[in-house]
Amino acid sequence: MSKFTRGGWSITFVCMIIGFMLAVQFRQVQDAKETLPNQRVEELSGRLIQLEEERDELEKQLEILKQESATTTNHEFISELKFQACATALSGEGVIIKMDDSTRAAKSGENPNLYLIHDDDILRVINELRAAGAEAISINGQRLIATSEIRCAGPTLSVNNVRSAAPYEIKAIGEKKSLENAIKMRGGVAETLKVWGIQLEVSTAANIQIPPYKGTFKRTHSKIVEENL
Amino acid sequence: MIKALIGLILGIVVGCLFPISITGEYLKLFSVVLLVALDAVFGGLRAAVSEHFSDTVFITGFITNALFAAFLVFIGDRLGIDLYYVALLVFGFRIFKNLAGLRRYFLKNLNL
Repeated sequence: MSKFTRGGWSITFVCMIIGFMLAVQFRQVQDAKETLPNQRVEELSGRLIQLEEERDELEKQLEILKQESATTTNHEFISELKFQACATALSGEGVIIKMDDSTRAAKSGENPNLYLIHDDDILRVINELRAAGAEAISINGQRLIATSEIRCAGPTLSVNNVRSAAPYEIKAIGEKKSLENAIKMRGGVAETLKVWGIQLEVSTAANIQIPPYKGTFKRTHSKIVEENL
Repeated sequence: MIKALIGLILGIVVGCLFPISITGEYLKLFSVVLLVALDAVFGGLRAAVSEHFSDTVFITGFITNALFAAFLVFIGDRLGIDLYYVALLVFGFRIFKNLAGLRRYFLKNLNL
């Protein structure tokens, strides 16, 4: 063992370094193992508790608001307003009109556009229906509201900024007899369109379902003027 | 041998007492240098038993190895080449070789 005494100090020195590094490294790994997941767990449980409190608070608010709206008498008023804004689904008697492009081939020299359904054809039908007292109208499932547009969008029709192609199905709730007559009357819409072979089929039904307006109401430019009631 | 052990224990005590923590990037350098130190000690012990130990060779060997290994790892990190594993492999290999030399010496001398 005497051989080890030679140069013992330098080896001792390096051994010290090793010991130091071992200890630091060991503690480092141990720390990393313990603290990281623990911190995460604490953080997450803290957020969970916070969110649960928030949820309870919101549930309470919801309960209060529900009670308030149930007790106040303006429930009917609200549903009336919703009806006027076309924000509720409706059902009732009325007519279903199916329109499709002409099956006839255009003669040479004739404008083939005349044999296709255009926005103004639909508009005329809608106008007739409204004049005949339709309470709610939808085109291919799009509820017509006060600000709805009906316009050509290439080969398709855009209603409420939703496009749909022929055939078009127009549903209207109202007195079914007068609605049907408004469309079918002599010299009326149906007759004019028949000239061009555009298919128009009117059928009455006792129970028509019309969906509510699904879009959003925008009010960026207009301001509400308070009325003195 | 006893001095080496005392040194080791002293180092561990100091390391435990010092509140030093090494973060991400330097952890690799640190572990490579640790391996270099281990290699140096085993190499030194082996040289001691085969009677051609020299202080200067030992210390310079340790320092240059440690510096170069750390440099390699650092450069490897920058270049996207994992030279870290190369250093680990080489020094690990050398530790085992030195250990084998030591074992042979003890087997021969103690007539086991």
